[in-house]
Amino acid sequence: MSILVDANTRVVVQGITGREGGNHARRCIEYGTNIVAGVTPGRGGTLWEDQVPVYNTVAQAVSDQQANVSLIFVPAPFAGDAILESADAGVGVVACITEGIPVRDMISIAEYLKHSSTQLIGPNCPGVITPGANCKVGIMPGNIHTAGNVGVVSRSGTLTYEAVQQLSTLGIGQSTCVGIGGDSVSGMSFVDVLQRFNDDEDTDMVVLIGEIGGTKEQEAAEFISSNMKKPVAGLVVGASAPPGKRMGHAGAIITGTAARASEKAKALASAGVVPIPTPADIGRIAQEIYSGMTK
Amino acid sequence: MKVHEYQAKSILAEYGVPTPNGSVATTSKEVSSVVNSLGGKAVVKAQVHAGGRGKAGGVKLVSSPEEAESFAEGLIGKQIVTFQTGPEGVPVEKLLVEETIGVERELYLAIVVDGSTKRHVIIASQSGGMEIEEVAAATPEKILRVIVDPNVGYQAYQGRRIAYGLELDQSQVRPAADLIGNLYKAFVERDCSLAEINPLVVTSEGNLLAVDAKINIDDDAMFRQQALEEMRDSSQEDQLEAEATTYDISYVKLDGDVGCLVNGAGLAMATMDIILAAGAKPANFLDVGGSADVEKCTKAVEIILADSNVSRILVNIFGGILSCDTAAQGVVDACKNKGVNPKLVARLLGSNADEGKKILENSGLNVSFADTLTEVAERLTE
Repeated sequence: MSILVDANTRVVVQGITGREGGNHARRCIEYGTNIVAGVTPGRGGTLWEDQVPVYNTVAQAVSDQQANVSLIFVPAPFAGDAILESADAGVGVVACITEGIPVRDMISIAEYLKHSSTQLIGPNCPGVITPGANCKVGIMPGNIHTAGNVGVVSRSGTLTYEAVQQLSTLGIGQSTCVGIGGDSVSGMSFVDVLQRFNDDEDTDMVVLIGEIGGTKEQEAAEFISSNMKKPVAGLVVGASAPPGKRMGHAGAIITGTAARASEKAKALASAGVVPIPTPADIGRIAQEIYSGMTK
Repeated sequence: MKVHEYQAKSILAEYGVPTPNGSVATTSKEVSSVVNSLGGKAVVKAQVHAGGRGKAGGVKLVSSPEEAESFAEGLIGKQIVTFQTGPEGVPVEKLLVEETIGVERELYLAIVVDGSTKRHVIIASQSGGMEIEEVAAATPEKILRVIVDPNVGYQAYQGRRIAYGLELDQSQVRPAADLIGNLYKAFVERDCSLAEINPLVVTSEGNLLAVDAKINIDDDAMFRQQALEEMRDSSQEDQLEAEATTYDISYVKLDGDVGCLVNGAGLAMATMDIILAAGAKPANFLDVGGSADVEKCTKAVEIILADSNVSRILVNIFGGILSCDTAAQGVVDACKNKGVNPKLVARLLGSNADEGKKILENSGLNVSFADTLTEVAERLTE
């Protein structure tokens, strides 16, 4: 078991014939991911790198190859359309790597997805990986991951790799790692992912990595305090960020007091989340919780 | 992207949101002639991308063209320093000159994007002229919030609910609902990320008027808002930040001495936090991006070095799409181009980390290495 992606995952890559899509599709295959199709309108009927069939539409990829997860590398102006195409074709999990989708587009997409069973990861995210199933649906470096029982959920890309590196170095493996993305309006929230980790028998504890901007961490805190059966360690980055400035991620801007790192850390701590004092302590804190659990 | 008040008002006016009569001027003579055309009395407002200009002397009620001219002479071409700017301030190049308004009430009206409901939210309060954060902290029950369903868009009943909530007179309810609908239309069609009318004034004649306005445009939507691109005023941005933007580098200048070269926004924020936890202060936020080449990395380090407060540089790269040797070469090239040899702390992980370390080792630069974030903190305090 794991969450979102596993040994039964059959991936369709939207934008597989592009430079970025192609590079990452190759790395996913090297890691062991079962990539069953690509989609590029106009290239249907061809084979990508002599091995992956390319279709004109996601619907065709689903009916011919039973694709159940989509990985999107389509440029921002067209990425919203790509997400909706997958959702409409009945793809269960969509990971959208694309950065820079306008907020107005994401509001419409999010509204559509409220009435759909499709789970959207991202956009502007590294994707999702389940090391135990050799299933990588995203752009994270596969080799730093090890199979195990710690779930990781984060708004960041490279900081998630940092967390995984610290965990793996201490011999702590991961069940599934999910990057939910850095935009203000996105698909799955911390709560959506925490719910699944809570119900996943392969996940013993969770590392949650938040950042400044919005109130996603406060919502996570609320869920954790009333529902979470497993220990959660939490880090919120951006304590040194000045108000009103966008820190790279579109959602990482402090617009009110609730958006501050200190307020978020406080909310998580009062919900029983074990605080990770600095980004250097992710592995150490997880190890402390873990050794306490097995005693 | 931020726009000036006069630009925000031109967008509002285009969508039928009432704004005061007036026009923008770039010389003191022009200011004087606009005041004259408005009948001799006017409000003159410095156009800057920063709040707090009133307290900083950037706004004045004038009662003659002469008074306006001498006020303008003291402002145009000068820097204005507010609590939202750095100590160097922002330049004043334009003044907005507007008719004076008889004020009956000052209200607050805004539209924002709410990440929790994933919808647009209209916010209003009876405490116009105050920062909404202050109102939210002191009297949260007095803030009205209406969430718009994107499927059907804004509905007039939502505007009426706000109008009655603001205790407007019956005759003002319909104009208010229209005004809010027009603001929503502008917000959606122009890809705004924030639109704020503060204050929304009820005039002594009983009319509604947007007396001050602030609009931010979604940076990610600029590709389809080309007409708004002309409103960009780079002089209001930090010059290094503006330069970074042209190279597609996310850079925010801070006031410490440790320059940071990082890939990824989250890791960049984490790196700043590590520096702070080690008792030092970061000089900047910098995310060089995933697909950077040597040239872009070089440019990023040159921008870091252009900040005279920077005495040392922390390179923290988790190589993935961007490989470590690319970043290392950028560091070496930038230091060579600038003819400097700052103290470097480098932490290179992931793809081509060893090649990257070799490039730095053989460069003759003053570099020490760290493997973990804990070691990074130690190197900074050595």
